Amino acid sequence: MSELVRVVNDDALLTERDIKMAPVLETRHLGIEFGGLKAVDDFNITVGQSEISGLIGPNGAGKTTVFNLLTKVYQPTHGTILLNQKDINSYDTIKANHAGIARTFQNIRLFNNLTVAENVLVGLHEEMTYNLAQSLFKTPAFRRSEKIARKRALEMLSIFDMQELADVQAGNLPYGAQRRLEIVRALATNPCLLLLDEPAAGMNPSETAELMDNIRKIRDTFHIAIMLIEHDMNLVMGICEGIAVLNYGKIIAKGTPEEIKNNPTVIEAYLGKQGED
Amino acid sequence: MENIRTKLSGIKKSTKQELITYGMVTLLFVLFQSLNNAGILSRSLSGQLVPVCVYVVAAVALNLVVGFSGELSLGHAGFLSIGAFSGAVFCKLFSGIGNDTVCLILAMVCGGIVAGIFGFLIGIPVLRLRGDYLAIVTLAFGEIIRNIVNCIYLGIDGKGRWHFAFGNTVEMEGGTTIINGPMGITGNEKISTFAVGFGLILFTLFIVFNLINSKTGRAIMAIRDNRIAAESIGLSATGFKMTAFVISAVLTGMAGTLYAMNYASVAPIKFGFNQSVLILIFVVLGGMGNIRGSIIAAIILTVLPEQLRGVGDFRMLIYALLLISMMLITQSDKGRVLMEKITANFKKILSIKKKTVKGEKAE
Amino acid sequence: MTLLTYIINGISLGSVYAIIALGYTMVYGIAKMLNFAHGDIIMVGAYISYFAATSFGMPPLVCIAVSMAACTVLGIAIERFAYRPLRNANSLAVLITAIGVSYLLQNGAQLLWTSNPKMYASLIDIPALHLFDGRLTITGSALVTVISCVIVMALLVLITKKTKVGKAMRAVSEDKEAAQLMGINVNFTISVTFAIGSALAAVAGVLLCSSYPSLYPTLGSMTGIKAFTAAVFGGIGSIPGAFVGGILLGVIEKFAEGYISTQLSNAIVFSVLIIVLLVKPAGLFGKVRREKV
Repeated sequence: MSELVRVVNDDALLTERDIKMAPVLETRHLGIEFGGLKAVDDFNITVGQSEISGLIGPNGAGKTTVFNLLTKVYQPTHGTILLNQKDINSYDTIKANHAGIARTFQNIRLFNNLTVAENVLVGLHEEMTYNLAQSLFKTPAFRRSEKIARKRALEMLSIFDMQELADVQAGNLPYGAQRRLEIVRALATNPCLLLLDEPAAGMNPSETAELMDNIRKIRDTFHIAIMLIEHDMNLVMGICEGIAVLNYGKIIAKGTPEEIKNNPTVIEAYLGKQGED
Repeated sequence: MENIRTKLSGIKKSTKQELITYGMVTLLFVLFQSLNNAGILSRSLSGQLVPVCVYVVAAVALNLVVGFSGELSLGHAGFLSIGAFSGAVFCKLFSGIGNDTVCLILAMVCGGIVAGIFGFLIGIPVLRLRGDYLAIVTLAFGEIIRNIVNCIYLGIDGKGRWHFAFGNTVEMEGGTTIINGPMGITGNEKISTFAVGFGLILFTLFIVFNLINSKTGRAIMAIRDNRIAAESIGLSATGFKMTAFVISAVLTGMAGTLYAMNYASVAPIKFGFNQSVLILIFVVLGGMGNIRGSIIAAIILTVLPEQLRGVGDFRMLIYALLLISMMLITQSDKGRVLMEKITANFKKILSIKKKTVKGEKAE
Repeated sequence: MTLLTYIINGISLGSVYAIIALGYTMVYGIAKMLNFAHGDIIMVGAYISYFAATSFGMPPLVCIAVSMAACTVLGIAIERFAYRPLRNANSLAVLITAIGVSYLLQNGAQLLWTSNPKMYASLIDIPALHLFDGRLTITGSALVTVISCVIVMALLVLITKKTKVGKAMRAVSEDKEAAQLMGINVNFTISVTFAIGSALAAVAGVLLCSSYPSLYPTLGSMTGIKAFTAAVFGGIGSIPGAFVGGILLGVIEKFAEGYISTQLSNAIVFSVLIIVLLVKPAGLFGKVRREKV
């Protein structure tokens, strides 16, 4: 599998090494207001080149809104987003993806009428070099490019052992497979930062454990940064190197899993104030 | 090994379906052409051979927008109209070419290009909208085109000079009028043939199939299925919708030229909202996104009503009922469950039959 | 004086558009669907009032009442049998079904009543108003049209703001699922909306034919689309918007006919639609909604 991956750097991922390199993502005072309500406020975060980080918080804390800001579905009203030290504030969703941000969705958004392989092929769109005229007249260049892309799509599906399902209609996949396909599709766009919105939602413990392995595997083979929103604390604490906790649109704590677990503010946000009664 | 097998089967399946479609069209052409040559076809039927080709092409082209791009266009007759009128003018201009077929093909190219340019210009505002609004604006453009074409007067006088007027009859001495306001195209030489129509169908199928099976086609369908997800992986919805829209306009325009050159005169009123809906009916009844279905629906629904004169009065009523029931069966929750049950039972029967066949062989 | 005549004719025609647009805007606001057949209900309403008056000799008010009742039943039936099963389908399927219903009504009418236009004797027997020494005439039907339009709009505002069913309508238009969870009968609310919209269409049919006395099966299709244009102009879902949009559109149409060209008046009206949608997609009084990601 390693031969298909475009290796960004040969070094293994280590957080200490990440610190020495420029971060892949940096936000400064990022925020958005909806009619006076600050959905996300003063959001500052730094993500290393091949770091797995987590974004947690109670429901309605603004986690998905952060993803929507990073992918430019929403235009921030405050602050800046730096991707590989480049300001992407003026980008739209499409340009943000071309710049290297890919994502999955909390409520799965697949191309239901296309096959599994086609879903991945759509993600590989930019990799295929032929133009419209070449495709309308099926030139050799078109055939060659299609063949390579199909092979690559199958290889990418093999990350999750899904190559057997290549010709199944995506809408007919079981729930867990749909979530995995969304990840493959996002990966196909060759991102440097992958955002996963509740990847383990609706999965059973064994599926979740497998997913954890796969997320690590993706990071190790593709050398990309992964940021995930998740309610499953076993998963978050198990694979994230850095965690940010969001409540009412603000970061209330940042740190390693250990630090977060023992942070009294976090415990309060999740469980409410203790000992008041 | 496994990979290769799935790959081969994947490619084979779509190619096979395409070959069946090409084969079906060719077979029908050969059949009707020889029947026509033998003089067996009734006059009304042989008169319909070219219009059938026009509607097949228009239906396939509209299916590209409705079925694959997922946007409802209610103004495609406008592109037929543009193709018809620009093609007719081209034929007048270059009547000296000599060979009718060459002239017709060049006129179709011209009609297609002009319709494509208008498709692009109309697409710029239209494709910024979504859903119902998009549909109603295509309707508006269709009506605007018809209104404007209704006011165009164009003619060549005896000295070969062109005369153009908007809203008033052109005044000139002698010569011929090409476009005569609400009367439309007049004094056409009828040069459209069934063979050219068949050629246009093949060309349309070739373009549409190749488009669908390319990255552009996949992007178009992906945007139809989920626009937000498509944008999240870097596809610009407007650009791809435009590609589908313009290609559809070009093909429809070519069909328009074929239509115009089949008659001595064609009035702009022919290309109204009703015509747009008629093409839409072919697409819907044939199955949105189903090319072969569009072809079959266009053929049957063009030929049949003419042959069953008595049904004529009820024709549109029946279409309307078919349209509603088609949607209720394929799109409603209850209808889908019903269909699934029927297909499941059908498959059961089939599998039993297969088993018995196998069993017999074993014996 | 011609300018004034155009304006008055425009307001009168615009009032008819406004009444139809009110029905359109309510249905669109609540059921989130473009009821393409709405215009054809106008035609049905006009035919029924015509036969009530000519074949049965009923007095004008009774004619209008009969026509309203029939259209209400028709509207509810259409919603129940054609649109309700598609509540969860995509908008493309619903729009195609609505086009089917529109064709069904048009062609049904053509079979029942032939495509020959009927001369509609105005149901409104009110003398015309002569102003400026008879240089300016306002017909009785124009007066009645404008007045009924204002009354209808006021009534609708009252219904949606004050009554229980009106509040349910607003709730359903905001969020169908949430309304259902709060114990609102969504199906009933949508039926009521269709009933009101169809009754208004009947009124519009009578008023339209009283001013323009030619009645034919395709009468409603263009009128309906123009009324939809008016609803979009004012901002879909907004009752005052439909009123203002209707009046403005009527005036624009009459001006286009008067000063530019009768042949191009439809093209001009539709250009207005396109420009409004591009420049101010939410219309004059509408609000923008964003899709949830």
